[in-house]
Amino acid sequence: MGERRQKVLVLYLANSALDSPVVAWAQYDGAGERRHMSGDSDEPPYATGVGALTDGWRLFQASQLLPHARGEEHDLAYLKYEFFFERWVETP
Amino acid sequence: MNNTPPLLSDQQMASFVARGFLRLDAVVPDAINQQFLQEAGQVAQPAPGRKLRHAYAGLLAASGIPEVAPGTPLAEAYPRESAVWRLLALPVVQGAIRSLVGEDPVFDHHFLHVTFPPAYHEAGGSENVSQHTHQDSTVDARRAFDVQIMYYPHAVTRPMGGTRFVPGTHLRKVSEVAIGRYQNIRGQQHMVCEAGTLLFLHHGLWHGGGVNLSDRTRTMFKIRIQPSGSQRRGWDTTERAAPEPQRPIFFVKTAQKPDTVAAILTTPEPWFEQDTSRLEYVNRIKLWRYLADDPAFDADYWMTRLENETGAR
Repeated sequence: MGERRQKVLVLYLANSALDSPVVAWAQYDGAGERRHMSGDSDEPPYATGVGALTDGWRLFQASQLLPHARGEEHDLAYLKYEFFFERWVETP
Repeated sequence: MNNTPPLLSDQQMASFVARGFLRLDAVVPDAINQQFLQEAGQVAQPAPGRKLRHAYAGLLAASGIPEVAPGTPLAEAYPRESAVWRLLALPVVQGAIRSLVGEDPVFDHHFLHVTFPPAYHEAGGSENVSQHTHQDSTVDARRAFDVQIMYYPHAVTRPMGGTRFVPGTHLRKVSEVAIGRYQNIRGQQHMVCEAGTLLFLHHGLWHGGGVNLSDRTRTMFKIRIQPSGSQRRGWDTTERAAPEPQRPIFFVKTAQKPDTVAAILTTPEPWFEQDTSRLEYVNRIKLWRYLADDPAFDADYWMTRLENETGAR
């Protein structure tokens, strides 16, 4: 029996709901089957966060909703709605 | 005789404010492109065990492109009749620079970006991967902005990687490659272009070098320039239409004109989150107010609504 390796999927959604559209994404493959990298796909792997759930990914972290600091209400920085998923696979 | 170079239009400036880039395809004549490639120099062929950084260091040391101190007036940065001097003297380039950063810009830095094909990585033992997406320099809270001129002296095909950039990201205040985790973003673009293409970027635009899967090196030359004075109304404002009334939103009975400043500033990008898209419009309007020297400007009532404190007085 082989060892288990983790695959990670990060989805950035259009709002805090898991069934909202994917606007950005990243993947990391602990099994080494594929080297994902910046700019390697122009279409997201799933249309929404729920799409990842129904395909077997397990959600393990979601970004918090934070209040807006006074005086900085209009400032924008990082993508807000970040969801981390994982999937474990057996290596040969 | 009119010596004014062709300045950008209201629509081009509004598009730059909204999307953070201006693309000018094949505007540099081939004679300048060839001269530039000759002056830039050739990278040594791949050799077993030779690290890429050594090939790069050798290229920069032997290059005919000068080392230039930051703060140098752009007009004095390059030797007369050198390829970059000739490029910067092109009327279309002069017009874009004057429109975006104003008169007498200052040189910040430049760099010769060479992206290597697989043979170099195999010989040097490095991994051939794309560059992480990043915002140049560091967290920059200014309303004023620098411009990065990306020059593509030879044709760039999709397998060669090309600069990847994400329209509309320039007004976000992030810390350089802290955004490296965002591997792919809806609406990202990859530069595929003819020789002599220029891409003018707002300094805040998120970008990164693509992985080169072709069989030749890819060269791009970047020059960052700063304003030395006012950036206000540097573009062609001679035919500005009278201010338009605020457009109705949501409940609209007829199609609206797509090329007004208001329409351009309120056009979303595919990656926009649903709520923060409205804050993007707010920040675009603030930048337009600054550049147009028009503190009362608004688009679709976004700022007027937020600034209405009459009931609190």
